[in-house]
Amino acid sequence: MAITDVDAFAHLTDADIESLGVELDTIRLDIEDSLGARDARYIRRTIAAQRTLEVAGRLMLAASSKRSAWWAGTATLGLAKIIENMEIGHNVMHGQWDWMNDPEIHSSTWEWDMSGASKHWRFTHNFMHHKYTNILGMDDDVGYGVIRVTRDQKWKPFNFYGNVLFNTLLAVGFEWGVGLQHLELGKIFKGRDDRKATLIRVREFGVKAGRQVVKDYVAFPAITSLSPGATYRSTLTANAVANVIRNVWANAVIFCGHFPDGAEKFTKTDMVGESKGQWYLRQMLGSANIDGGAVMDFMTGNLSYQIEHHLYPDLPSNRLSEISVRVRALCDKYDLPYTSGPFLVQYGKSWRTIAKLSLPDKYLRDTVDDAPETRSERMFDELEPGYGGVDPRTGRKRGLKTAIAAAREWRRDKRAAKSA
Amino acid sequence: MAKNDVKTNAKVVDTMRPTVAGAGKRPVVDAVRALVGRITTPLLPDDYLQLANPLWSARELRGRVLDVRRETEDSATLVIKPGWGFTFDYQPGQYVGIGLLVDGRWRWRSYSLTSAPVTSGRSRTITIAVKAMPEGFLSTHLVGGVAPGTVVRLAAPQGNFVLPDPAPASLLFLTGGSGITPVMSMLRTLERREQLGDIVHIHSAPTQSDVMFASELAELARTHQGYRLTVRTTRTQGRLDLQRLDDEVPDWRQRQTWACGPAGMLDAAHTVWQAAGIADRLHLERFAASRAAAHGEGGTVTFGRSGKTVVADAATSLMEAGEKAGVQMPFGCRMGICQSCVVGLVDGYVRDLRTGSEHEPGTRIQTCVSSASGDCVLDV
Repeated sequence: MAITDVDAFAHLTDADIESLGVELDTIRLDIEDSLGARDARYIRRTIAAQRTLEVAGRLMLAASSKRSAWWAGTATLGLAKIIENMEIGHNVMHGQWDWMNDPEIHSSTWEWDMSGASKHWRFTHNFMHHKYTNILGMDDDVGYGVIRVTRDQKWKPFNFYGNVLFNTLLAVGFEWGVGLQHLELGKIFKGRDDRKATLIRVREFGVKAGRQVVKDYVAFPAITSLSPGATYRSTLTANAVANVIRNVWANAVIFCGHFPDGAEKFTKTDMVGESKGQWYLRQMLGSANIDGGAVMDFMTGNLSYQIEHHLYPDLPSNRLSEISVRVRALCDKYDLPYTSGPFLVQYGKSWRTIAKLSLPDKYLRDTVDDAPETRSERMFDELEPGYGGVDPRTGRKRGLKTAIAAAREWRRDKRAAKSA
Repeated sequence: MAKNDVKTNAKVVDTMRPTVAGAGKRPVVDAVRALVGRITTPLLPDDYLQLANPLWSARELRGRVLDVRRETEDSATLVIKPGWGFTFDYQPGQYVGIGLLVDGRWRWRSYSLTSAPVTSGRSRTITIAVKAMPEGFLSTHLVGGVAPGTVVRLAAPQGNFVLPDPAPASLLFLTGGSGITPVMSMLRTLERREQLGDIVHIHSAPTQSDVMFASELAELARTHQGYRLTVRTTRTQGRLDLQRLDDEVPDWRQRQTWACGPAGMLDAAHTVWQAAGIADRLHLERFAASRAAAHGEGGTVTFGRSGKTVVADAATSLMEAGEKAGVQMPFGCRMGICQSCVVGLVDGYVRDLRTGSEHEPGTRIQTCVSSASGDCVLDV
């Protein structure tokens, strides 16, 4: 039933967690001290390149509606939108570049190229998701209210047909999911919302989404229809497809961050009196990285370092790669798992879990205490008490990683014994 | 706390919409920008154009440094060509904010404009004069290290230390050191308007070679009979004793006086004019002292929009301080990760409670993880 006691689950003492916190704080200080002209140049060039790419894509679409030009323009525009949302917008809104004191590249002014208002995003994502990461009932990103992503969520009949269907729809229309998340449609329909606050949010969303719709589906098609090479329709469809390309990719990256096997879920008891060290620990255990090269890092907005991003949401994305080396070393030191895998594997695992969880629990083999997508400290009940600490044989610190391996081995043995 | 409570109580700060300098002055430009903005939303057309030329944007006032002219050993004049949106109808004596990119960060200071306002003509440049202060990191950088071609940010000209148009019939300028700079703009403006009439100017500097604009001042004195300049080299002649101003300028009481220079000189002038009962004829400009942060000592926090103030110690976050004073502070996570509480730091310094680093005026800060470092003013 998800983790209710982070310390016990992690096999760490209070002192361990405190010193882990201090070591993670040190990494932050080192990075903040070294921020300078090189980093500023990175984001400026990224922004310049992204805007150039966008203009190039729009020009291609205006120039010709021939199949090759249409696809080239659409792909270029999709790429530009991905970079704007992932490496620029998401990260700027996290305040990663606020240290430059540039009002044009600042969390307080950035509005991104998608239908959601950045003000709402700062609430649902920066605040609720990043503070209460993976806590059931607090972090709405755990399933977005429509998808069962962990067996901690009670099975409902609509999950049977809805889990895979809604996940597909969410992927295709992700910008609308993000945009509407803060409006809480479910509550509005049940009449359980604060009408005044809702109206303000609806207006904020309406203004933003309206501008986006006019741009992509009215203004640009109208302008390109003046070009002899293209038509209103060709640009309209191209813009729609570019938006979907961005939606599917952004959705995939985000799902790879918290839903592959090994990304833990938590309960509200974890956040009561949570120390900084415990918060760090929850971020590490609840996130998963993507193994890939520089291109993957850039295209995911460096969310391929989801663990590091969750530890330091406001440190510049171009530094997460070097931070990851130090975080991995800390995970080794404290014997903590570091969840990571290739993109297709991680994304596949997310889908597998979602497909599996369409079914009610009685058809599922694993329990809420020891399943791929969620575990709890109870999975270690069968291990001898005081398993954590130092292995008397090897002298190595025995922590969560070793304990998980031991529990798995024990479980395998039990199954083998049963079938024999 | 339940999720619903968190959601209904939340007060996330609004996203600041980009502002356009000079909006409302030219309806056609505004209309074009609004129309083209339909296809550049959420950005402005300027955000794309500035990639081609940094000056083609009115979203932030910008300028390009055309020339850096050495005035004295430790001062220089910067000739700056402003970009879109800058209006040249400033008043002589006003100052302008200059933002310079140093180590990836925009750092801001204010300097007096030394150029005369332009109402017409081609030479659309402004000049400022900067004196390198021993402890002034940015001024030293401006004097010694800015290459022509550098793009700077500008803030709109402001200040009340200005000369009316037409100028009063008889004037007295009292200047010391770099206090000459706003008066230089006045002199140049008067000359351009051919109003350089009855003016007495007493300027103090340590030595003759420390006098900024020395040759131009001498030339003015040579060509204009009404302009009487006295340069006092304080290292040899000692400081001007304002109690004995009668010896230097017998009719000072009849003159409208503009004074700018070291704080001691301005205080003395204030006392003397006050005693003579003609304080209304004295106009003073005090350059804000380049004050360093009072590392982690707390201070009086002023909330600019409501005008409320509260004394906060170094361990209290500005958010708590504001809430205690009854100010509606924007907030979110209260732990420094969500940027829901970011507001402008108008004046003074604050300290990041997590890292101990100081933030200077002109930056935007997270109130939940910052405390006062001396007195400060927040834009909330």
